[in-house]
Amino acid sequence: MGMQNLEELFQQKIDKEVKIEPKDWMPEAYRKTNLRQISQHAHSEIVGMLPEGNWISRAPSLKRKAILIAKVQDEAGHGLYLYAAAETLGQSREQMINDLHSGKAKYSSIFNYPTLTWADMGAVGWLVDGAAIMNQVMLTRTSYGPYARAMVRICKEESFHQRQGFETLLVLSKGSKEQRAMCQDAINRWWWPALMMFGPRDSESTNSDMSMKWKIKRKTNDELRQQFVDMIAEQVKLLGMTLPDPDLRWNESRNHYDFGEINWDEFWQVVKGNGPCNKQRLDARRKAWEEGAWVREAAQAHANKQRTRKKAA
Amino acid sequence: MLHFIKKLYYGDIPDANSGAAPSSDQQQAVTDWPLWEVFIRSKQGLDHKHVGSLHATDAQMAIENARDVYTRRQEGVSIWVVESKYITASNPAEAGELYEPAADKVYRHPTFYDLPDEVKHM
Repeated sequence: MGMQNLEELFQQKIDKEVKIEPKDWMPEAYRKTNLRQISQHAHSEIVGMLPEGNWISRAPSLKRKAILIAKVQDEAGHGLYLYAAAETLGQSREQMINDLHSGKAKYSSIFNYPTLTWADMGAVGWLVDGAAIMNQVMLTRTSYGPYARAMVRICKEESFHQRQGFETLLVLSKGSKEQRAMCQDAINRWWWPALMMFGPRDSESTNSDMSMKWKIKRKTNDELRQQFVDMIAEQVKLLGMTLPDPDLRWNESRNHYDFGEINWDEFWQVVKGNGPCNKQRLDARRKAWEEGAWVREAAQAHANKQRTRKKAA
Repeated sequence: MLHFIKKLYYGDIPDANSGAAPSSDQQQAVTDWPLWEVFIRSKQGLDHKHVGSLHATDAQMAIENARDVYTRRQEGVSIWVVESKYITASNPAEAGELYEPAADKVYRHPTFYDLPDEVKHM
């Protein structure tokens, strides 16, 4: 069977909504794109633990601390589901982790912003997880089976993350003058970076969009971003807070909210490594990996000893 | 012909825009722990179902990790783990030979048989 024929059969499967599984034939570019996207997604979950980990020891109550620990543990779990999905495409876990630590692989830029106050825990849950959910709900229908299955599991858990974030802000919004100010400040700082999470504008694309044709993605960046703005613009009213965008207003004719221009220069600066916390995040990951080396070695030595004992018995 | 995707999406940032310089100490031999497939029984009376995979040094650790990764919300009452290398899978390229013979045997299904409505509960 010729390559052309295989590609046609592959596209027919995609068009018929048949999922692609690890042992099925797939174009090399499909494999590479999925591998890159899934591993970046996994890295984002893992690095995403850091900004929140910052507040575990300083959570305002035992209840908030328990919730935050559970959320951070979920992020670790999400990273593991996704690494396992990426491994089905033929790259080892260790290689992926090495690529993250060397700076070769990317993760979502949002995690290169600092979490300065407790209100940031609320804003991260509501806005950052909220933006991620838009993307992830779409990805439960992605064409690569292992990725779609991981997404279904993640989406089930992610809903708790967003709700606890909103509730954290809701409590602050009903608090003292200082707490309300803290709430507004966190929204002000996280709003634009959250919008950037959806990536460049659709018009920035110069290439034919294979990602849509292969149904890896099903909605464009701008479609998802608009959906997010429409949702948040309504929810923010319940907090009695505002979004830091003077151009934000309901557009009757479009049936959507209009909103202002994103600072694309800042977007590319952070992607390129010049965000407020890029270095700090990677340093923290490398440190955790290096300082955990003895644990990994001890676990391996223990397993080897058990095996030897079993054989001897 | 291979098409390379240049369009940028969330979670799809190009390698070319790498921030950190590649460091040389990362080039070590691959020493991943073995891969295990995890099967979970969600409640008594139901089958164990494949939920995913993970790395662990041995079976005991695979069970413990599976507990943390796959049952944080009481998704299971029993876990099976098996090292992935022991799983033999059918070849997707042979799906035709394997499964098509069943396609033309509609008489294996109860709905194939037209019975009068008076025959109830059959």
